[in-house]
Amino acid sequence: MVEALYTLFGGEGQFLYLVAIVASVLAIALPLLIAVAFSVYFDRKIWAAVQMRRGPNVVGPFGLLQSFADGLKLFLKETIIPAGANKVIFLLAPMLTFTLALISWAVIPFDAGMAIADLNVGILYILAISSLGVYGIIMSGWASNSRYAFLGALRSAAQMVSYEVSIGFVLVCVLISAGSLNLDVIVERQAGGVLSWNIWPFFPIFFIFFISALAETNRPPFDLPEAEAELVAGYQVEYSSMAFALFFLGEYANILLMSAVMAILFFGGWYPPLPFLDFIPGFVWMFIKIGFGFFLFAMVKAFVPRYRYDQLMRLGWKVFLPLSLFFVIFYAAIYVYGGFLPTGG
Amino acid sequence: MMELSLIDMVFYLFSAVTVASGMLVISARNPVHSVLWLILAFFSAAGLFVLMGAEFLAMLLVVVYVGAVAVLFLFVVMMLDINFTELRQGMLQHLPLGGLVGFILLGELVALAVAWNFGADVAKNAASPAPIDTATTNTEALGQLLYTDYIFIFQTAGLILLVAMIGAIVLTLRDRPGVRRQNISVQVQRKPGEAYDLVDVDTGKGVSLPGKKG
Repeated sequence: MVEALYTLFGGEGQFLYLVAIVASVLAIALPLLIAVAFSVYFDRKIWAAVQMRRGPNVVGPFGLLQSFADGLKLFLKETIIPAGANKVIFLLAPMLTFTLALISWAVIPFDAGMAIADLNVGILYILAISSLGVYGIIMSGWASNSRYAFLGALRSAAQMVSYEVSIGFVLVCVLISAGSLNLDVIVERQAGGVLSWNIWPFFPIFFIFFISALAETNRPPFDLPEAEAELVAGYQVEYSSMAFALFFLGEYANILLMSAVMAILFFGGWYPPLPFLDFIPGFVWMFIKIGFGFFLFAMVKAFVPRYRYDQLMRLGWKVFLPLSLFFVIFYAAIYVYGGFLPTGG
Repeated sequence: MMELSLIDMVFYLFSAVTVASGMLVISARNPVHSVLWLILAFFSAAGLFVLMGAEFLAMLLVVVYVGAVAVLFLFVVMMLDINFTELRQGMLQHLPLGGLVGFILLGELVALAVAWNFGADVAKNAASPAPIDTATTNTEALGQLLYTDYIFIFQTAGLILLVAMIGAIVLTLRDRPGVRRQNISVQVQRKPGEAYDLVDVDTGKGVSLPGKKG
């Protein structure tokens, strides 16, 4: 994508190359932020529909502009820093959360070759950045100098580290089938219609991945770090104004990212479900698949009650870890002894 | 004056950040700040790996050290209530001794490096962060080394780690009697009939519950 823009701008000199990089970053980041604003709206609408309420319906047609109004409101509010807080880290934490939520999108391919960076280790990059996400929460919890925030941060740290393990094993299963860590290659292995998508051979581990993704993004039923019934709002309790907005945007950008990863790993990325639908550009299919993933996230939030903390830990370590380890061995055996291993990669 | 390319500038940026944050790890007054500087040092070291073409190592450094090990560091350090300024008070007093030990270690290392009798092929096969053959990717090259060329050594290392893990669990496992544990499969299999009894109570007589004392 950077290269394409570079040649479009004339293709000469280091400065133009930098301009091309910045332009492609903006081309991903701006639509992403707008998508985040609308995804908050859709989340609330779906939640409301399940509970037979109307949801936001006042600002703009069908309430579509509700998120922008909320954003403006947060923007105009006062940033309050608690007296006992560690100022630098307190302000650094939401920025870190937001930045990390955005930079993972650098490797997501929206169409063939349509990513800012086409890394050979793309899937590891996503894993690395999502494992950094826990720092935003820990730092905010510690710097707030508040018991609720601190407890939320501790919970979140333990939770995210636990569920990353099973996400890692699920990724290994998919990688065995693709023979590469490159996201482009993983998608290209699923070319040829809905039946060749990874969701069919990997149906059981898709569930493990989805539930672990819920835990990794701190979504209900695993939203214990901010459980309002016991911790008020957990690590966010001392934050107001834009600092809170950055946490909020980062959270939703992460949910969209997990939906995108799900689309790439299990739902054939930018490929249409039926080959004759080729005339619709790939990124449209990618958007539809991300939207489907987000819909699943929103539905789970609407009808599942919150887990208790020890149950969460039990599920992560005693159920998902052995199960996903078993599936790694199972799929590796099938691929090696069944002769399905991809060659080259 | 030498012309700096973009890659050079990025290299100097990352190495300056690595060295500076490494210094701050040991000089920061607040232990939590120390760990955060350590994380920055890890992260910029990963950036250096990427510049050398060792992208797989870079990502592993972030996933394992920054994403898991440093989180546990931070976890422990945040919960400790240690007065670190008090701990540091004897520092000047012990500095000569510590410096002497460090100096002797350095001298020994230098002596070893000078006196080492290198084999004929060693210089040729010096470890390189990225595969020399650019056609294979990092991941492939590492996999070839770990799982094909040195599979037994690698498995042995894994077994040693497993023994260490079991040892840690055995050392800390205490069997506490009288703890009421929740058995989820038993709870799920419970049927309504086992959970309650319907009793007709005669007026003025009361009832004694089956299965309970009194």
